[in-house]
Amino acid sequence: MTIRSTRRSLLAAGGTAGVVLGAAACSSSDPFEEDTAQGGEEGTAPSDGGGAVGSSTLVIGSQAYYSNEIIAELFAQVLEAEGFTVERQFQIGQREVYVPELENGSLDVLPEYLGNLLQHYEPDAPSASPEEIHSALGEALPGALRVLDFAEASDQDSYTTTAAFAQEHSLTTIADLAGIPDLRIAANSEFEVRPYGPEGAKSIYGVDVTVVPVEDSGGPLTVQALTDGDVQLADIYTADPAIAANDLVVLEDPESMILPQNVVPLVTEKVDETAAAAIERVIEQLSADDLVAINQRSVEEQANSATIATDWLGEKGLV
Amino acid sequence: MNGSPLGQALEWMADPARWTGPSGIPARMLEHLGYTALGVLVAALIAIPLGLLVGHTGRGKGIVVMAAGAARALPTLGLVTLFALLMGIGLTAPLLAFVVLAVPSLLAGAYSAVESADPATVDAARAQGMTEMQILTRVEIPLGLPLLIGGLRGATVQVVATVMLAAYVGNGGLGRYIFLGLGSQDYPQMIAGSVLVIALALVLDLLLLGVQRLTAPRGV
Amino acid sequence: MNWLQSNLDQIVAYTGAHLAQSLPPILIAFLLALPFAKLANAAGWLRTGITTASGLMYAIPSLPLFVLLPGMLGTGFRSPVNIILALTLYGLALMVPSASDAFRSVDRDVLSSATAQGYAPAARFWAVELPLAGPVLLAGLRVVAVSTVSLVTVGGVLGVPSLGMLFVDGFRRGIPVQILTGVVLTAVLALMLDALLVLAGRMLMPWTRRGAPRRSRGRERTGAAA
Repeated sequence: MTIRSTRRSLLAAGGTAGVVLGAAACSSSDPFEEDTAQGGEEGTAPSDGGGAVGSSTLVIGSQAYYSNEIIAELFAQVLEAEGFTVERQFQIGQREVYVPELENGSLDVLPEYLGNLLQHYEPDAPSASPEEIHSALGEALPGALRVLDFAEASDQDSYTTTAAFAQEHSLTTIADLAGIPDLRIAANSEFEVRPYGPEGAKSIYGVDVTVVPVEDSGGPLTVQALTDGDVQLADIYTADPAIAANDLVVLEDPESMILPQNVVPLVTEKVDETAAAAIERVIEQLSADDLVAINQRSVEEQANSATIATDWLGEKGLV
Repeated sequence: MNGSPLGQALEWMADPARWTGPSGIPARMLEHLGYTALGVLVAALIAIPLGLLVGHTGRGKGIVVMAAGAARALPTLGLVTLFALLMGIGLTAPLLAFVVLAVPSLLAGAYSAVESADPATVDAARAQGMTEMQILTRVEIPLGLPLLIGGLRGATVQVVATVMLAAYVGNGGLGRYIFLGLGSQDYPQMIAGSVLVIALALVLDLLLLGVQRLTAPRGV
Repeated sequence: MNWLQSNLDQIVAYTGAHLAQSLPPILIAFLLALPFAKLANAAGWLRTGITTASGLMYAIPSLPLFVLLPGMLGTGFRSPVNIILALTLYGLALMVPSASDAFRSVDRDVLSSATAQGYAPAARFWAVELPLAGPVLLAGLRVVAVSTVSLVTVGGVLGVPSLGMLFVDGFRRGIPVQILTGVVLTAVLALMLDALLVLAGRMLMPWTRRGAPRRSRGRERTGAAA
């Protein structure tokens, strides 16, 4: 064994790594990607650090929520029809993650929800009408950001129960829950500290409720926990098709404890009047029923966001 | 917003109110330990007999090593979410994922423990007229016990760090602080949860290291 | 099965991104572990300290680490730099004890004879010690590779594209096939990398190819197991 032969061995090791890296590069330039722009854009995102796109391109982000991704895709497709170049960066986890990227210009457009967006900037913001929240946002947002018009469609937290439980205790509003012992609500963990969580329910409606955390944002596991009777209540977003599918009852909120969460586009200065007008044409048409319907296609038909968006825009005559 | 993140986390922990009640630190820690123990125990019941058998007979080692390697490659978050979709909320889904996580280390510890016995010693035992069972329990296991405990130690530390995922699907444990902190951007709480997990892992690791040292046969 | 058909391009893109995030930490962790392991073997107390610290590093829950690192580094949440750094830390946690075992498995007498033959310390390391430690190093590297590929999925929760994104989205939409696809592809990627490492090991260390039966050797180092 000589020094030279070992060095050659180590070089060979380097060569192997090179081959592996080469294979990685090949797999992200796969022929499949020619079909849609989406896969390619996302595949290259990690290598360019998620930023640095030419000024003519609008970068559209979405939350890690299928419904939000479809709305983002609606914006993307109308903008493309308008002649803009669009880059998609979908399924970004937390608001803490994407809001800074909007503030520094790595993202230009993202579908948001009125109440949650305001609470991101003003955690103690009281519940109010959608119009009031929209105008409050005008002041709360940093200079580089603005919100466009909001949609009729809303996707807000709720106290939802089964038809059987509602009937058994004659429930129509959250207030009717007062006095029922050992109430458990399945929700994301942060429900615990939201103004409309257990504390709000106690102080506003005199209702005692314990949170059972299920981190699927009111998804199928939460619904299942409710229908199986593991919990009596669940925080299910109001645009979730599971509400109708399982004959669930959304309890009314006469004191407006829960913030309205109408869909609202959050955009940067790079979104000019033409682009804003295109996005607002989508917003104008997006009714509450539309949002439930497009969500339904995603979870029941398992259709992808691009297909759902193309179909809906075609139906509404927007592209 | 002053002070280092770790300092804020320690402040969060120092609040006496956090140390009582069903969502207090002692209660969450006990839940966390309980899930860990349960996961490791179920995995041990499967992996240790299998590992001893493979180590003793030398048969099926290839398959076991491959299965253990494949199990190591399975992402736990994927398993927890998948099992939960199929089984609903509760402990069953995450427990199953923890068992998958713990089996490879335990299996490797068990068969390498048996394998580590000097073949000459084993042959001598056989020549003395010991049955295969006696060879296993009186020679191979005592000699390899530190390696067996080593596997247990590895599995335990891995599981204790991963048990936070139980809280993802409706359970308790220290993961409650981590997910609540993450979801509500309360980072001191999230870090506090992580620090408690690390502390628990340290204590268990040192404890099992002690056991490992104590079980080392004299003169080897 | 609908989901699988309509998302093939997406799956391919995630797989590529997943691999791109896995390889750098595996390589960096391996290279950095060598000096740490040599340092650890310099003294018994150092070894205990370094291996205990490594064990603890591995006990840090990954999701909080992914969330906290950007704040400490000043990078964006979705910058792959965070993922690569975090995974390098976990890789080191596994690789340092393993490399320390590897160097300890080299017979002192062989090293002494190499010195007697006139090898300078550096040459002795490259020509004698490293190749002899090779098989145990490879065993450690294989564990690091598999564990890294599996851990990359955690970044998906924060929106760093990888197969992990399929877990969060599939969980939310209630599509088991989507999660299963992510789990299976992650495992396949890990096992393919593992197989490549075994192959590379055979090419670089031809003397291990026959696989000298472990039991035939009188004194067996036990530290290298598991």
